[in-house]
Amino acid sequence: MNATIQPAAIRKTFTLRASPERAFQVFTAGFSGWWPRTHYVGDSPLTGAVIEPRAGGRWYGEHEDGVERPWGDVLTWDPPGRLVLAWRLNAEFAYDPALLTEVDVRFTAISDGETRVDFEHRGLERFGDSEAAVQTLSRMEGGWGLILDSFASAANA
Amino acid sequence: MANNLAFAALADPTRREVFERLAAGPSAVGELAQGLPVSRPAVSQHLKVLKEAGLVTDRPDGARRVYQIDPQGLGQIRAWLDRFWDTALDAFKAEVERNDDEEPKAP
Repeated sequence: MNATIQPAAIRKTFTLRASPERAFQVFTAGFSGWWPRTHYVGDSPLTGAVIEPRAGGRWYGEHEDGVERPWGDVLTWDPPGRLVLAWRLNAEFAYDPALLTEVDVRFTAISDGETRVDFEHRGLERFGDSEAAVQTLSRMEGGWGLILDSFASAANA
Repeated sequence: MANNLAFAALADPTRREVFERLAAGPSAVGELAQGLPVSRPAVSQHLKVLKEAGLVTDRPDGARRVYQIDPQGLGQIRAWLDRFWDTALDAFKAEVERNDDEEPKAP
């Protein structure tokens, strides 16, 4: 019997018609150009989004009210092959510096002018550490309390 | 909404019982039906609903099927993030390929 349940990492793989250099450049320097404007933290609309180009740099949203709202920081900056970001937004999309989930993006040249992107967002079981997540999920009915226990045991394992 | 489906799936007490038994460990239909006040076909029907809600998965094990809680079906957060990254990465791909008039550099 094993009651410990870990949510699987989110994985996406796809191919781009571009070099790894261009893919890395657009992902990072061009971040504001593709990040969905519908997805941001807080009440003030998003005007831009930034990934600072170095390990230890921040990634954050820029907002109409002039405030920069952090999402996390750059863990690995290794152009053009790899970028790892710390996603530190909890289950209620509040910034929590103690929370670490990892967004890992790899760019691999597969032929002339084509790049494979291997994307992974992992460590999702750590959302179980967040009290907000616990409360959000606790309010839900039925079997979710049970799921939550499993999350918590995974997180505390 | 997948999560609404999941909640609806768990609203039935017997179905919730089936789900909670699976939380203790993977199990086949026959094992699940033991000790439940419903028939084996009824248990199969409950499993079908739970599977459609993304709460359980099944796999063949010899002549029988073993059911278990789907770790990919767990929680709002994962489902939300999965949809979110689909949207974001589609936008990223479109942006990369939109301005591909530049000669790609040799790797």
